[in-house]
Amino acid sequence: MKPRTIIEKIWENHVVAERPGAPALFYIDLQLLHEVTSPQAFDGLRKRGLKVRRPDRAIATTDHSTPTTPRSLPIVDKVAAAQVARLVANCKEFGIQCFSLDSEHQGIVHVIGPEMGLTQPGMTVVCGDSHTATHGAVGALGFGIGTSEVEYVLASQCLLQNRSQTFQVLVNGALKRGVTAKDIILALIAKIGIGGGTGCILEYCGSAIRALSMEERMTVCNMSIEGGARAGLVAPDDTTYQYLNGRHFAPKGAEWDAAVARWKQLPTDDGATYDKSVTIDASALEPMITFGTNPGMGMAITASIPDPSDISDPLERDSLAKALRYMDLAPGKPLLGHPVDVVFIGSCTNSRISDLRSAAAVFKGRKVHPGVRVMVVPGSQEVRKQAQAEGLDQVFRDAGADWREAGCSMCIAMNGDQLQPGEYSVSTSNRNFEGRQGKGGRTFLASPLTAAATAVRGVVSDVRELLG
Amino acid sequence: MNKFTPFKSRLVPFPVDNIDTDQIIPARFLKTISKDGLGDQLFFDWRYDASGQPKPDFILNTPAAKASQILLAGDNFGCGSSREHAPWALTQYGFRAVISTSFADIFKQNSLKNSLLPIVVPVDIHAELFRNPEVEVTVDLASQTLTLPTGRAVKFPVDEFARHCLLEGIDELGYILQQEPAIAKFEASHPVTINTLS
Repeated sequence: MKPRTIIEKIWENHVVAERPGAPALFYIDLQLLHEVTSPQAFDGLRKRGLKVRRPDRAIATTDHSTPTTPRSLPIVDKVAAAQVARLVANCKEFGIQCFSLDSEHQGIVHVIGPEMGLTQPGMTVVCGDSHTATHGAVGALGFGIGTSEVEYVLASQCLLQNRSQTFQVLVNGALKRGVTAKDIILALIAKIGIGGGTGCILEYCGSAIRALSMEERMTVCNMSIEGGARAGLVAPDDTTYQYLNGRHFAPKGAEWDAAVARWKQLPTDDGATYDKSVTIDASALEPMITFGTNPGMGMAITASIPDPSDISDPLERDSLAKALRYMDLAPGKPLLGHPVDVVFIGSCTNSRISDLRSAAAVFKGRKVHPGVRVMVVPGSQEVRKQAQAEGLDQVFRDAGADWREAGCSMCIAMNGDQLQPGEYSVSTSNRNFEGRQGKGGRTFLASPLTAAATAVRGVVSDVRELLG
Repeated sequence: MNKFTPFKSRLVPFPVDNIDTDQIIPARFLKTISKDGLGDQLFFDWRYDASGQPKPDFILNTPAAKASQILLAGDNFGCGSSREHAPWALTQYGFRAVISTSFADIFKQNSLKNSLLPIVVPVDIHAELFRNPEVEVTVDLASQTLTLPTGRAVKFPVDEFARHCLLEGIDELGYILQQEPAIAKFEASHPVTINTLS
């Protein structure tokens, strides 16, 4: 048999039927739902008189328009409140389990999936959300879909899909101190560009990826879409099995053993080939930061902002100039030392317990710089509980940071957590698009370590100086 | 859905690369539970001033743009989030096609499901259109051609099945549901180890 990549194996395991002149009918093992991209899909089912085919293969949570203020308070924004209420009502009507605001399992959809053992190796996972690639960290094929496709999966558990190209991202070498999984993915996107992975599924391989914890792999896979790829994954290994074993929805007993035996067949065969590949030397990486208005506009934190006049392509040159105008930054200057107004630690990229631990290690015994507003938003109620058990919330509060309830918060600024026009933030989230964190807001993307160091100093900072 | 018929239109030139879906429709408008009323919010933060008044010099606010059905955009149009609100807003404004050198994957899929045709053209044609955006072009999906005023017909690629659905004015779900027996058969032997209701 021809050697296959894990991407091809998962693909072939999920093709229900193939007919000439049409894409393959492709089976989806799990659909994750949230309040923003699902209401119109449920309306579509009602209009057509359809049921949800497999309510046992769907799960919902509220995260996007969800406040991160104390849960005892009502949702002030009436439109958001109606959207959250609609999700709860739709799930009740169609028999889907929903972790709403009052649930101890509520959280960002891409945080609770792995956390509860819902997403497992070899599975196909979809969500009306482009960061569904996060679940690739457990060796699943996760990708974002639009609301029409949310409806198709609710009705049939299937999608029509064409095969994607395979793209190997080989990351070898050991990360230096102060350099994290976030810096790997920001470096990759800076290298291939935000359209570099279009039409592809990424497989992250190499010694640097193997050395990452599951949560770090989630950070990497999460931002695959920021490189244009709908999905990105890491083949399962012992790190994966140890992470999953015992989680709520993970198989138990003999079923677990059978599942692990199956999962061990998934990794890419020796000799398998990819349509594309790129190599990154992890040992050469520095902490990364973005300077522009898309995640591909990133650089090492010690570097200087590029100059549009060095670019020959006119549209590309204009796009960079436009970005720097929006950011009000001068070419040729470093970002280090640039004042910030807000630091946001959270999002489906960096809101897990290990992210909070690394930020807390920087905050411990230090104070947030006067005038800087710092929000720490755990990815789930489970993460929040764990952080509080470890006393991390107290570290954040003692430093002068705001410790919040779980949700997407200022990553997408739908819930009232947002930048004011002109404000600068260092954010651990995934997108620095114009207005992403609030109209007129300006975002620098970075790791939790860099974010915490910046919070303490009040200016964009190199965390390595604080680590000693 | 209406059948996708040939049409002739001028272009609305938008010479910016990597236009993301947060620009096409900012996230704060996604709190709606409906598909309607999004046309006025298209490109909201570029289109309106701080007091919410339309900026007269922004291209989408010009009478010429309002009469046009084709957006001519820079490379990698529609990158970012999976929000289908982006094609909903574009079609509600009046667009039936977007021309670019490439599209983000999810945006392209979402567009095809909403009778918004993503037309990929080669770099030289793209540059030529930007040099002369005042012209009228003809879009014919059946023959997959974009016809320039010079009479030159430029072929563009479209997934065969999506093309069929657009031309017939049908969506994919009917076709998927016809295959229910195959889905049931597949499920019977396909190992899935989760039960979200457990």
